[in-house]
Formats: sequence, structure tokens, C-alpha cells
Amino acid sequence: MKLVFNYLVFPGFLFSAVVGLFSGWFDRKLTARIQWRKGPPWYQNFLDILKLFSKEVIIPTQAKFTFFISPFVGLCAVVIVSTMLGRVLLDPSESFIGDLIVLVYLLVIPAIALILGASSSGNPLAAVGASREMKLILGYELPFILSILTLIIKTGAIKLEAILNHQMVYGSHIASFSGVIAFLVTLLCIQAKLGAVPFDISEAEQEIMAGTLIEYSGPLLALFKLTRAILLYIMPLFLTILFIGKDISFKFLFLKYIGLITLIILLKNTNPRLKIEQAIKFFWGPVSFLACVSVILALRGW
Amino acid sequence: MSHKVVIPIGPYHPLQEEPEFFRLYVEGERVVDIDIVIGYNHRGIEELSEHKHFDQVAYLVERICGICSTSHPFAYVNAIEDLAHIQVPERALYIRTIIAEMERIHSHLLWLGLAGHFIGYNTLWMWAWRYREPILDCFEMICGNRNHYAMMKPGGVRRDILNEHISPLKKTLDEISRATDMFYGAVVDDPVIKARLKGVGILTKEQARNWCVVGPTARASGIDIDVRRDDPYGAYDRVSFNVPTEQEGDIFAKTVVRLKELYESIRIIRQCLDKMPKGEIEIKIKEIPAGEGIGRVEAPRGECFHYVRSDGTNRPIRHKIRAPSYMNVASNKIAAVGGTISDAAITLAAVDPCYCCTERCSVIRKEDNQRILTGWELIKLSQEKTEKLKKEIGFKDVI
Repeated sequence: MKLVFNYLVFPGFLFSAVVGLFSGWFDRKLTARIQWRKGPPWYQNFLDILKLFSKEVIIPTQAKFTFFISPFVGLCAVVIVSTMLGRVLLDPSESFIGDLIVLVYLLVIPAIALILGASSSGNPLAAVGASREMKLILGYELPFILSILTLIIKTGAIKLEAILNHQMVYGSHIASFSGVIAFLVTLLCIQAKLGAVPFDISEAEQEIMAGTLIEYSGPLLALFKLTRAILLYIMPLFLTILFIGKDISFKFLFLKYIGLITLIILLKNTNPRLKIEQAIKFFWGPVSFLACVSVILALRGW
Repeated sequence: MSHKVVIPIGPYHPLQEEPEFFRLYVEGERVVDIDIVIGYNHRGIEELSEHKHFDQVAYLVERICGICSTSHPFAYVNAIEDLAHIQVPERALYIRTIIAEMERIHSHLLWLGLAGHFIGYNTLWMWAWRYREPILDCFEMICGNRNHYAMMKPGGVRRDILNEHISPLKKTLDEISRATDMFYGAVVDDPVIKARLKGVGILTKEQARNWCVVGPTARASGIDIDVRRDDPYGAYDRVSFNVPTEQEGDIFAKTVVRLKELYESIRIIRQCLDKMPKGEIEIKIKEIPAGEGIGRVEAPRGECFHYVRSDGTNRPIRHKIRAPSYMNVASNKIAAVGGTISDAAITLAAVDPCYCCTERCSVIRKEDNQRILTGWELIKLSQEKTEKLKKEIGFKDVI
């Protein structure tokens, strides 16, 4: 029973959706302020989701079954991640060996769900979007995994609890050379995972008109939006646990969360969109190089 | 992937919010061919203008386009004054020049914002448009409207620039000047913008000349043309300004040219405000004699050309308009092919297209897909239709 509550209400689906939608509002508001606009009221994202859920489900005639199922897959993955992270934060002993690897796997699933849904929609623009998303995954997963490897080397365990304990004893990972490099690399990868500028290439409304999402409407689109919202909540949280997890009392956690999300929004608002080749070159070139450096530094104990 | 996929941009562009249709033939991400279809919004302005008298036409041609809404009437009044050999009061010439340059500022800022939006840089978009607002406010102050200024009339201008307008206008110019400094720094020095725009959508000097492009699009490809300097009208021969050119012909060069033109426009307005003589702002025109006249204006997008023929009555019997985008949009056929889809989106926007200026009558049929009719074909169509109607109503020629 407690497990069901954990997954569906707190810290799982309901809680993370609410926090995610609030973060989405924060993103929109801050973006608006940066751009000399007023920005929406705090409940705007909730209204958007409610409106989408009240619409009918339209499935294109050429679409396959995966078109319908993939939004659920993506949402389930992020809900599991948010539950796992939340439970570990509430009680570190909930952590189990290898949960870090599970998390890394689960965090790829929203993107894969997007690709699945887009490529089964039968729309040429969605196909372009899906191929871009696929290339992007290939791009950012390598440095992402490398920077997590850095932490595993530093901590000596593939367990969130161990990472948290290590930071409580020796200070946050970001305070070391390898840690700060790995942090920057992960931040960039997270930008790509969130589909934010400069890596919103698969959606690029100006080029391929929302690309992967073009055929989605109504509740199915709402599910993708929820997935994106929850991602916006879990990504900074994940980053906090991994790199700045020395003090995880509620107050500090909140401040760190706001700080990270602000950083992500600023990055998003001060860059134009890259082209897909440029993004891959960027991830496989300098970012992967930095990730390798951080691994080497970690091996040498810095 | 080797099979061709068609990526449609249009018929209603999701971003430019104008009716035009680009059919991108892509292999993977690479654009291998492009079809350009315009003509969704044909309004028959030339025909309409032949049914209005000379004073009304100025307002009609103003409504060809909302962005360059003073270039068309400016070119039209130039044509009328050329036709009737009218000497316009000196002050009116200066006022016309000021309005035209203010329009260039707001148009270039609008383009800069849109270009930012097209490469996903929404902050640049909002900032550029934010600094466009004060110029629009100045327009409202001077002529009562943010767009469609209705300043031009044959023989002069309709409203004076009052003394109390001058200091707010100068203050706005200072603000825009500072903003341009900022944009210049933000755009020219930004590595990501450089990566997106440098070497993209290149139109070489040779190609630019062959495709007859005009305005900033030509100047970015190293063709040093500018009607303001080459065939001065208004008060342009009384002020000094430079015509910025770049050699690369890519989108980055087009951006730089437009940004530099902002500085020149500010310079021109300042000189005009200082040199503007006192006096009349219009002369009364009794009648327009029979004859023909041409008017050329360097609109923000390039040379805008009007030809007017009069037979001595109070309305033109022929009014021909050639808007700059008509030349520039076609050059996309060269510039966009070979790039990626991401490049194409910005390349198509880089000529600062204005589709409502460009509209031509076109006929779309199922069997031959799409073509543009010539004048003779239109006459033939109309004759056929007349015959058909005659048959339907049982009309017999009585001669």
C-alpha cells in the first residue's frame, strides 16, 4: 500500500507532476522576464494540461499502435525515476545496489518513447524529428555516462546512498576538479535531455514545426507535456544528489533546485538552436573530451 | 536515406505568418531541391489603382505591405512627380526622408528579431522587438499611426514634423543607437550565432547578379547598389551616408549589412533633423498631365519600383509595381539548396521576404500542377469565359 502511495502520490506521480508544472511555470515566467515580457500566471501550466486532457484523442489513420502507447511509456519511466529519487532522499536506506544504472537507463526512455511515437505517426516532419532525436541521444549519452562513471570511481559504489554518504563525509563532488568538470558535462547533457535550447533540435518549431510532437494532440500531448514537466523536476534533483548532495535538508535542497533550474533557463535563453551535426560534434568532441578528462582525474583521485 | 521526402513549409508559414509555400525536397536532412510557390494572396492592386484617382492611389499602395508601408507610396509619389514635373518643397523632401529611414530602422529591427526566432534564439527576438517599440511610438507621435503612416501625397507630405517632436525623436535615436551597439556585439561576437549563420545560404556575387537580387541581399553579396546613393530622391543627395557592403554573401553577412544600415539610418535622420529648412510641406497640384513617370525607392528590402502612366484624366491608366522581394525570394532557389533543413528555415527568411508585396496572379490546376499565367493567356481565358457566358444566356452578336 505504501509502495502504491509512493508511486502514485508522493514522491511519485502527483507530487512530481505538480512540482514539475510549477517548475515549468517558473521557466516560462523567468524566460518572459528575461525577454521583457510579463509572463503567465502561476496556474497557467495546470490550465494548459487540463485543457489538453479535456480534448478528444485524435489518432492519425496511418499511425500504428505505438503512437498511442509511447506517451504512457515515457510518463511511466519518469514517474519511476521521480519515485526512486524521492524515496532515496526521504530515506537513503531505500537505495539498492545498481540503482544508479537503473536511473541512467530510465532517463533514456522518455526520449525513446518520443522517437517511437513520432516514427509511428507517419508524418514526414515527425520522421525528421525522430531521426534528429535519435542522433541527439547518441550524442549526449556517451558524455553523460562518462560523467556518471566519474562519480562511481570517486565513490567506489553504484548506489545513490553511497554517493550521498560519500558527499556527507568528504564534501560535495562539485568541490573537486573532476567533480566540477563532470558537473558541467552533465548539465549540458541535461539541457539536451530536457529538449531545451540550444538542443531543442528534434522539436525545432521554426524548422519542422514541433517535429516529433507534430501529430500529437489532446490527452496524448498532455502526457508528453507532463513527462517533460516531470523531467524538468527530476533532472535538477538528480544533478543535486549526484554533485551537490552534501546537505540535503529541505531548505538547501530547495535552494539548490531553484539555482540549478535557473542555470538551465539562463542557458536556454542566451543561445540560439544548434544544428544536429553541430550538436553531435559538440557532444562527441569537447564535451566527451571533458568527460574523459574528469574520469582520468577521478582515477588519479582529484 | 536516399529517397526524397517533401518537407512542406506553408502554404501558411508557421512563423512568417504569410501565405507562401516552399516545397523542400530533402534527402535525410539535406535539401536537394526547392519549389517556391507564391500568389496565394493576390489582391490585384495594380488593377485597383487604375480605378482610383491619383490622390487615393497613395493610400492604396500603402496597403500593399504593412512593414514597408512608406516605401510604396514614396515610390508612387516619386513617379507622379516625375510624370508631372513637380518641384516638391524642400521641407517635404526632408520629412519624407526621415519617415523612410525610420521605417528602415523598424523594419531591420523586425527582421533581426525574426532571424533570431528562426534560429531558436527567442531572447534576441524579444529584445529586438522591444527596441522597435520606441520607433513605432515616434511614428505614432508624428503621424498618429504605428504603421500605415499616410504621410506621402503627390506634391508633398500630409503632416509636418513639429518642433516638439524633434527632441523625443532624437532621444529615441540615441536609445536605438545604443541598442544597435548591443545587438552588434551580441550577434557578431556570439560563437553559436556564428556557427549557425556563417557560410550558410551563400549567394555569391555572380549568382546575386544573375538572379537580380536587390537591397541588403545584394549588398551582402558584394554588389554595391543603393538607389538612395545611385539615383537620389527625397533629400538623400543633401545628406552624407555610407552604403555598407559585405563580400561573403552568407546570412551572417546579410545580418551585418542590416545592422550597419541601422547606424546609417540613424545618421541620416539626425542630419535631416538638423538641416531641415522651414517652409511649406506641400504644393497643390491642379492636374496631372498625360505622360509617364517612374519612381524608385530603396525600401528596407531593396529597390521598390513604380511606373505610372496618365492620359490626362484624374486616374492612372497603368500602374506597374515591382516590389524588392519579388527579386529576392527567387534567389532562395540557389541559397537554400545544398544546406540542411535547419539552414533552409533561416535562409528562406534571410532575404527578409515580404510576400504581400510580391504577390502575383497564379493559377493552380490539377493537370499541370501550377503555373503563372502570362497576360496573353489571361486575355484568352477572359475571351473564352465571355463566349461561354454568351452561350449560356443565349446572347447573339448584333452587327
